[in-house]
Amino acid sequence: MTDQIRDRITAIIAEQAMLEPDQISDDSTPQDLGIDSLGLVESIFALEEEFDISIPFNANEPDKSDFDISTMGTIIAAVERLVAQKAA
Amino acid sequence: MSPKTSGKTAETAPAPPANGLRRVVITGAGTINALGHDVPTTLAAFREGRCGIGPLEFRDVDRLSIQIGAQVHPWRAEDYFNRQQILLYDKFTQFALLSAKQAVAQSGLDFQGALGLRSGVVLGTAGGGLNTWDENYRTVYEEGKNRVHPFVVPKLMNNAAASHVSMEFGLRGPAFTVATACASSNHAMGLAFQMVRSGGAQVMLTGGSEAMLCFGGVKAWEGLRVMSKDACRPFSANRNGMVQGEGAGVFVFEDYDHARARGADILAEVVGFAMSSDAQDIVMPSAQGAERAITAALQDGGLNPEDVGYINAHGTGTAANDKTECAAVAHAFGHHADRLMMSSTKAMHGHVIGGTGAVELLACIMALRDGVIAPTIGYQEADPECALDVVPNEAREARVDAVLSNAFAFGGLNAVIALRRV
Repeated sequence: MTDQIRDRITAIIAEQAMLEPDQISDDSTPQDLGIDSLGLVESIFALEEEFDISIPFNANEPDKSDFDISTMGTIIAAVERLVAQKAA
Repeated sequence: MSPKTSGKTAETAPAPPANGLRRVVITGAGTINALGHDVPTTLAAFREGRCGIGPLEFRDVDRLSIQIGAQVHPWRAEDYFNRQQILLYDKFTQFALLSAKQAVAQSGLDFQGALGLRSGVVLGTAGGGLNTWDENYRTVYEEGKNRVHPFVVPKLMNNAAASHVSMEFGLRGPAFTVATACASSNHAMGLAFQMVRSGGAQVMLTGGSEAMLCFGGVKAWEGLRVMSKDACRPFSANRNGMVQGEGAGVFVFEDYDHARARGADILAEVVGFAMSSDAQDIVMPSAQGAERAITAALQDGGLNPEDVGYINAHGTGTAANDKTECAAVAHAFGHHADRLMMSSTKAMHGHVIGGTGAVELLACIMALRDGVIAPTIGYQEADPECALDVVPNEAREARVDAVLSNAFAFGGLNAVIALRRV
């Protein structure tokens, strides 16, 4: 199940970045992937739609958000947490 | 200002208005916004540093993640308009008409006869009749009805406010609406200024109006994730986004000789206007684009940077705008940037979007006429990227001779107006 979530997230980010999923690693930052602020907001929307979750993210203070967007690894972990919370 | 820019300014500054250009003055002002239903109440709020932001109240607000805004309270359209008018006027038109009536009353002008033929109206709005769209989409989509009121189109169209103002006063010259998102009012007022200055019109009613605070209006803004959930804190290091407001501001821009000949009370002179486009990004602002508009407005008004004592900032309270705007001002004004005052009144009346420049022009007039600088309230922590005198939290007494009003819109569209004390 967790692998499946990871694959779905990677597919969404890959589409936004116009890359192949295998070009994205846990260390990749949105900047590495060429995702700008508008692309990030769009990606978060796509993740919310895909998993039917609500992601707390304010573009004015990305560092203060509970949703850590610094790398693919942190994004995946945060989405997994929100999906688990929803299931609980 | 860097030596290089300074030299350029001196070389390219135009000669004082001559060869047919008319002087343009403001002889009337009107407003309704979250701080008050008229100009005196609004200016009193500016002096007190009063905040008009509070919990939003409208249908389905519980389904929004952003639940604060600067709403006009109380608002009962029936206090101002009859049943037939309410059927025809969206809230943004109601706000514009109310403001225009105040402005014309103050000016003492009567547009019957020849003056009406030489006068017009240009107003800004971004969303137009957004409440009307919202209500009628709900009727057909959510409630499944197949019939809407026959006046939906004339009520929601973006030019409805300008048209009703022209009808109310018999303004038979140029009349139209400008839509440049958050710079709409400044673009509108700039064009009105140019029309009177060129002699194309004798009097122009101008400003802008917005009424976007409804479920669909706020829901759309939520998507960008640039709105604050708690407060608007322009230039403060802990700012976390904009807060939307609603309302209108309308002014009478009049040919100076015409105003003098009839002994009108002159509130301020409009001396310069400039606009620029970043041609870069649909949402992220550019310091260079903003700086070009600021510098060109000074040149258009025959002003030196040192003449400007106050700037009413665009100051939305977003991370991106405030640091970009400060960089633009610092670069445009050089050393003088450390001596001038710049405040954002949006922390009080919210971001009135297409009407915001008009409401903010009142703070410019107050600075020139009353010698009171409206504060940036909600300011808590210094931000090294916004290291200007932002008049934090308390109004200040100061004599200023010239002021600017900045507006920088989504789409990269910038519009800056320069006023001078008369």
